[in-house]
Amino acid sequence: MRKLTSNRLLWPAVVLIALLLANLLWNHSFFDITMRDGNLYGAPVDILRRAAPVVLVALGMTLVIATRGIDLSVGAVAAIAGSWASMYIISSGGGSVGVVLTAVAVALLMALIAGAWNGFLVSVLGIQPIVATLVLMVAGRGLAQIITDEKILYPDNSPAYKLIGGGYLLAVPFSILLAGGIFALTAVLTRRTALGTLIESVGVNPEASRLAGVRARPIIFLAYVFSGLCAGIAGLMLTSNSTSADPNSIGLFIELDAILAVVIGGTSLAGGRFSLAGTLIGAFIIETMDAFVVIAISARSTDVFKACVVIVVCLLQSSRVRAWLLNVLRWGRPPSRPRRADPGPKSVPPAADGATAPTLTVPDVNVGSDSDSASGPGSLPVKAKS
Amino acid sequence: MTTSLAPSTPAARSRQRLSQRFEQYTQIGVTALLLVIMLIVGSLLYPNFTSGQAIFDLLSKNVFLIPLAIGMTFVIISGGIDLSVGAVMALGSVIAASLLQAGWSAVLVIPIVLFSASALGLVVGIMISRFEIQPFIATLAAMFLARGLCLVITDRSIAINDGFFQTMNLAHINLWEQETVNLRGRVRITDVYTTPSVLIAMALLVVAFVVMHYTRFGRTVYAVGGNEPSSRLMGLRVDRTKISVYVISGFCAGVAGLLFAFYTASGDPVAGIGYELNAIAAVVIGGTLLSGGSGYVLGSMLGVLVLATIYAYKEFDGDLNTGWTRLMIGVLVLFFIVLQRLVTRRRR
Repeated sequence: MRKLTSNRLLWPAVVLIALLLANLLWNHSFFDITMRDGNLYGAPVDILRRAAPVVLVALGMTLVIATRGIDLSVGAVAAIAGSWASMYIISSGGGSVGVVLTAVAVALLMALIAGAWNGFLVSVLGIQPIVATLVLMVAGRGLAQIITDEKILYPDNSPAYKLIGGGYLLAVPFSILLAGGIFALTAVLTRRTALGTLIESVGVNPEASRLAGVRARPIIFLAYVFSGLCAGIAGLMLTSNSTSADPNSIGLFIELDAILAVVIGGTSLAGGRFSLAGTLIGAFIIETMDAFVVIAISARSTDVFKACVVIVVCLLQSSRVRAWLLNVLRWGRPPSRPRRADPGPKSVPPAADGATAPTLTVPDVNVGSDSDSASGPGSLPVKAKS
Repeated sequence: MTTSLAPSTPAARSRQRLSQRFEQYTQIGVTALLLVIMLIVGSLLYPNFTSGQAIFDLLSKNVFLIPLAIGMTFVIISGGIDLSVGAVMALGSVIAASLLQAGWSAVLVIPIVLFSASALGLVVGIMISRFEIQPFIATLAAMFLARGLCLVITDRSIAINDGFFQTMNLAHINLWEQETVNLRGRVRITDVYTTPSVLIAMALLVVAFVVMHYTRFGRTVYAVGGNEPSSRLMGLRVDRTKISVYVISGFCAGVAGLLFAFYTASGDPVAGIGYELNAIAAVVIGGTLLSGGSGYVLGSMLGVLVLATIYAYKEFDGDLNTGWTRLMIGVLVLFFIVLQRLVTRRRR
């Protein structure tokens, strides 16, 4: 029992189950899955399918966040990949499998390059992740607009391309299989090899892991490349599913959904330990929540609802709120302290007099102003290199 | 204390001060130079690019970006970031439009808009300073919230028919007369004008400049952004300053919402998507350090002008893809970030 409650995945899972039950209360046929034309249909399948791109982007985001980073550019990268593939498929006329494969390959290559660019800025130039990925977030949609010549493209001449986001394979939507496959691969790579541990060590304490001989640079770089790749695949999925590519709206705000999924899943934004399963549950929670709000309240209030969830989840992660809540749960009693007699002033070391303080601090200040001006309590020499 | 910080001889002191000044103003100088070059290139490429009216249009067509950039400057100098400004701006315009539609008077509506935008900023500020939530996430939630509230109020743009807003929409303040030569070579005498909205934005800029550089609060903002733990140890009111900064940003976004409502005579729930990025870009281009602690309000104004010039390129050249303007903004942001990186690295 104790093991169960201490599991980090418990609360997200409870929330997901509660949301599913709420959906069931509103719509009694919510869990019904039917076979139509040999394919599966139903609300759960819909939720899974809609969650597929978010799951992919959130996977990449999880690894990036685990390295103490963040990738804001995923929406723009999805837009680049989606628009390029659509443009290529339309301009080459036929939708033969070869054309689609070329389009997908080149689009994913572009996504890889975009990820490598982010990785270069963060790991080699050492720019803060928010700022570094902001550049591509702004410029990436511009690139997508240049690719599509400011038009909305409709790549509807290719059944092969339609398969990626809207097609079925063995009665299951292909996008679910694709996202599931990539999820499984990532899980194996990070949990069955040392890669996951290395990522966590870089995220928990870059300096300590450097001293332990972990080379952070390639690991951080790879995390961004992977995030770019995932975003690219998500972009293909989104454009293929809607058979349209609008550079302004492909994957708009998907970075927020992905970050939200990661945070709900219990991965701390401060980096370090990450949970891929948590991210998966987080993405499902978001999509189920959307479905619930659309059914029960109104489609227009999804964003308000989402905002409230983000705020509540963040507040729950905050240590101050937790301490306060614990106090409330203890029926407002003050935390029990050993009531010993006052040990008396003798055990207290002699307090520093006002007269001695300046002689202690002045040399410090001098040293600070000579060697490096910007050192203070907050910026201890973490960056010993460079 | 202070004497032990400075070098001993007066000559060395002045030399050090000079180099500090140089570092301080490098970025803003680069921005000003860039703006001049862009204007010159524009005037070589397109006729009338730097005619009097076109220069004033740079301001009047992007007037709502000025308050956003001002608010963002406060936040970024304090070491935070505010991703909610675009959505709060849209919320301001939507609140104004819907209340006016319901028959409220403009005298009431304007304070309500400013108050609700500031209140949202207050909530964000409390989340960030009291509950230690990362600014990035807290303002992201606020962005969702504001955008969602817009959509709850209305899912389509509401026209504003109120007299005062219409006046503000149409009013021109004529400055001087100017002879212009149009494309067919005909000479016309036109008035060079600006709009009341520009004057409002300029007034806000002056107030922000004074607050930032000549008040105790302004210096505290710099101190908090420069090094939060030491400013806490110095006894500065860090929490209060951080909350105030987000309230200011919310207030500025409210002003931007009103200016947007003046400019378009409507409230649009999907207005200003991506404006937070433009505001951040303007601040970065204006030479404010994204890690906080250093920057200028007037620099952000220069940044807005640089963005406005990029948009003017697009307007003067009908064939230019909108993508190029975004790409150009991205490249400029990158350039200035790398420049910041180099400057801060040299200082270490």
